[in-house]
Amino acid sequence: MDIVFYISAAVALLATILVITRAQAVHALLYLIVSLLAVAVIFYVLGAALVAALEVIIYAGAIMVLFVFVIMMLNLGPPAADRERAWQRPGMWVGPSILAAILLGELIYIIASAPGSRTGLAAVGPQEVGASLFGPYMIGVELSSMLLLAGLVGAYHLGRRDRPRRASPRRSGASPWRSRDTGGTR
Amino acid sequence: MAIVPVEHGLLLAGVLFTLGLVGVLVRRDIIFILLSIEIMLNAAGLAFIVAGSARGQADGQVMFIFILAVTAAEVSVGLAMVLRLHHLLKTLDVDAADSLRD
Amino acid sequence: MGLELMALVPALPIAGFAALVVIGRRLSRRAAAVLGVGSVGLAAIVAIAVAAAYLAAPPEGCSYTQDLWQWMRVDGFGPRIAFHLDALSLVMMLVVAVVSFLILLYSAEFMAGDEGFARFFAYMNLFVGSMLILVLADNLLLLYLGWEGVGLCSYLLIGFWYKDPANGRAAMKAFIVTRVGDAALVAALLLIFTSLGTLDIAEVGRRATNEWPAGSALAVAAALLLLGGAVGKSAQLPLQTWLPDAMAGPTPTSALIHAATMVTAGVYLVARMNVLFALAPPVQFLVAVIGAATLLLAGASGLAQHDIKRVLAYSTISQVGYMFLGLGVGAWGASIFHFLTHAFFKSLLFLAAGVVILNLGREHNMFRMGGLRKLLPLAFWTFLVGSLALAGLPPLAGFASKDLILYRTWTSTLGGPLLWLAGVVGIFLTSVYTFRMVFLVFFGPASRKPEGRSGAAMTVALVVLAAGCLLASVLGWPEALGGTPVLVNFLELALPEAPEHGGSAALEGVLSLVSVLTAIAGILVAYVLFLRERGLVERLYRSAVGSAVHSLWLAGWGFDRLYETVLVAPLAAIARLNRGDFVDIFYRLVGRLAVALHSILSFTQTGRVRWYAAGLAVGAIIILAIVVAL
Repeated sequence: MDIVFYISAAVALLATILVITRAQAVHALLYLIVSLLAVAVIFYVLGAALVAALEVIIYAGAIMVLFVFVIMMLNLGPPAADRERAWQRPGMWVGPSILAAILLGELIYIIASAPGSRTGLAAVGPQEVGASLFGPYMIGVELSSMLLLAGLVGAYHLGRRDRPRRASPRRSGASPWRSRDTGGTR
Repeated sequence: MAIVPVEHGLLLAGVLFTLGLVGVLVRRDIIFILLSIEIMLNAAGLAFIVAGSARGQADGQVMFIFILAVTAAEVSVGLAMVLRLHHLLKTLDVDAADSLRD
Repeated sequence: MGLELMALVPALPIAGFAALVVIGRRLSRRAAAVLGVGSVGLAAIVAIAVAAAYLAAPPEGCSYTQDLWQWMRVDGFGPRIAFHLDALSLVMMLVVAVVSFLILLYSAEFMAGDEGFARFFAYMNLFVGSMLILVLADNLLLLYLGWEGVGLCSYLLIGFWYKDPANGRAAMKAFIVTRVGDAALVAALLLIFTSLGTLDIAEVGRRATNEWPAGSALAVAAALLLLGGAVGKSAQLPLQTWLPDAMAGPTPTSALIHAATMVTAGVYLVARMNVLFALAPPVQFLVAVIGAATLLLAGASGLAQHDIKRVLAYSTISQVGYMFLGLGVGAWGASIFHFLTHAFFKSLLFLAAGVVILNLGREHNMFRMGGLRKLLPLAFWTFLVGSLALAGLPPLAGFASKDLILYRTWTSTLGGPLLWLAGVVGIFLTSVYTFRMVFLVFFGPASRKPEGRSGAAMTVALVVLAAGCLLASVLGWPEALGGTPVLVNFLELALPEAPEHGGSAALEGVLSLVSVLTAIAGILVAYVLFLRERGLVERLYRSAVGSAVHSLWLAGWGFDRLYETVLVAPLAAIARLNRGDFVDIFYRLVGRLAVALHSILSFTQTGRVRWYAAGLAVGAIIILAIVVAL
């Protein structure tokens, strides 16, 4: 069974590398979905079946789909891909790669200095997770629900199309949050 | 169940995280940046699961669920803003939105 | 009993000042005048009472100290607010109080049309209070307080009509020049305190006599610095340049401060510290030399002035030179006597001149006056009395005091015939310039008609002062002519006797005769030059030598020009060089550094998201590194 872990890890890594190097948004998206599925397999193998399911349903199934919707709505077409290729010059990768390498080095150092232990020993079932959620982590649940509400309201507000306003008492001195004309946003 | 050294799991999470970071820093299209952020968040969640499984506790999974909630909220608002930005600037180049500078 | 009232004498004018400062502007003219003149008047009455008590029942040791409170105490330095009354300070106090009262009475009418009426009386009260503190002070620090106070009031009153910047400049000049002297005085105080350990005047005298041998460096240094202070305040060489310009102030100010009282503060200082000067014979000789040189220079300058007040200013400088001459030869009492008589006749001259100036619409130029003998009789007769006293003709007071100084100059071991000769030449110059004034202003054809007449206040003041000129000679009529030096004997309770040799009544009589004849000769010369043959003077002016000498004397022997080139111009040039203020360079550098830092740091604010993300990554790296390292 250990081999499943390593294969899934390899798949995830490869898919992620492809995500960040694609020129077309949809391609990158699909590769990301692959990566997420691989990670879901890893979760299952480590005994966290619930989150494996959640990963697939919510992460890959809802969030990525949202991305798909937005990309489709933007309707950019081939010129976008050409532009992407133009922007991605090899020289651009040097700096970020160095930064990332240093960070990775530090992480490796930290990980390696901890005493060795093993994971995936036993499965932790949904029942346990649920009991924990409604027990000690109750507040977190409530907060996340508030956060989701906020996200909902924010997304709704930001997503509205401009509508012509009728008889709005707008003073000639613009409000301080409008540093330049944003096309009559609310 | 696969019994794996914790280091390997955390290492995987670390590598995924740095890959996501590289993606954020390199790509110029907002959508790709958001995707890279997703990668990073996912990697963080993986680290939590690995650690939780190593101790046989449910806390790792609980944290992952919270991360999921956060990600969902963030993505929805973020994508709404992407739509707005596109409507305003007619481009998805993140460098075009640089008016908050000195 | 009366002696305890001594503290009231300076306190009353100070209280008057305080009251006028607080409520003066809301008072009517009459009320402000009553307050201003009344406080000094009360002080004068108290002073007379104190003097009467002292004379009736002299305290032991002939000195009385009234200790009020501890001023401060810092590690062994503990000056007190204490007033000290002995013969010298009694005389000074009486003269200052009485003459101030008369002059303030006069100015109640003189300044009646001025809008700064209450302010004037406030300043004058502060001045009188400070001057009284100066003369009654028990220790040098309190004396210095009074010294500074009179300096301040002098500045305030010279620049009284502040709206004209020329007055402000004159006030600043006075203040700055006397400041040079004040700095020397402070140095003297520091020297005395550090080497003798006290500033109490009597104690200083005692310790100096015990510890400093005659002619030692410390004594010479202390006396020299004290002399520096005295020279500044009393407008002697080389710090005499401020007094003629100080005539920009109102006439009563010139009368009180720059004739009768403040300029004699230096004389008082030297007389008070006579012990130190006796311990430093070279410095004492220098005092006499300064006095003699000043009286000659100022006398010559007085001959060329056309502003009536400037003539009187140079005359003051010259007469104070006589006092210094007397101090220098050890005739302490004679100098104080001359101070007393000078206070009366000089203030009389100023006040009478004030009548002329006021009634001619603030005209100062003597050549535009004339023939006022019949038109302003009060001014004429009082001015004449003052002039005769100044010239030194008997039976007026100036004769007695000047004569005493000159006699002692001849006979003193520290003086000699040469200094006496300087004094006599001075008498000649004095009577010439004095009667030049008289003949130009009151005789000859009238060029302007005076308007207005003097009221009661001015008349009373003038008459009382004139009477004082006449009566004061009683205090020191020469022995050769049958009198007794009452005042000088009284003063010898506090001041030492002058060392003399070869003195006799006959010599005194001869010297007096010489002085009187010189004075009369001067009057005759003035009569000829300025009444009879005015054309002679005109021709003299136009000749090359004559006009050169005239402009030299008009400019006070060029001291102003000298100081301007040597001191003022280089300083102004340096100030102009440093207009950018090199100290500011450091602070501007700090500012510029901040701006530079800002412009460097503003590179990090590109507005680009990925750049900020990179910043986050770098931050994370750094923090992790720190965590790992620890």
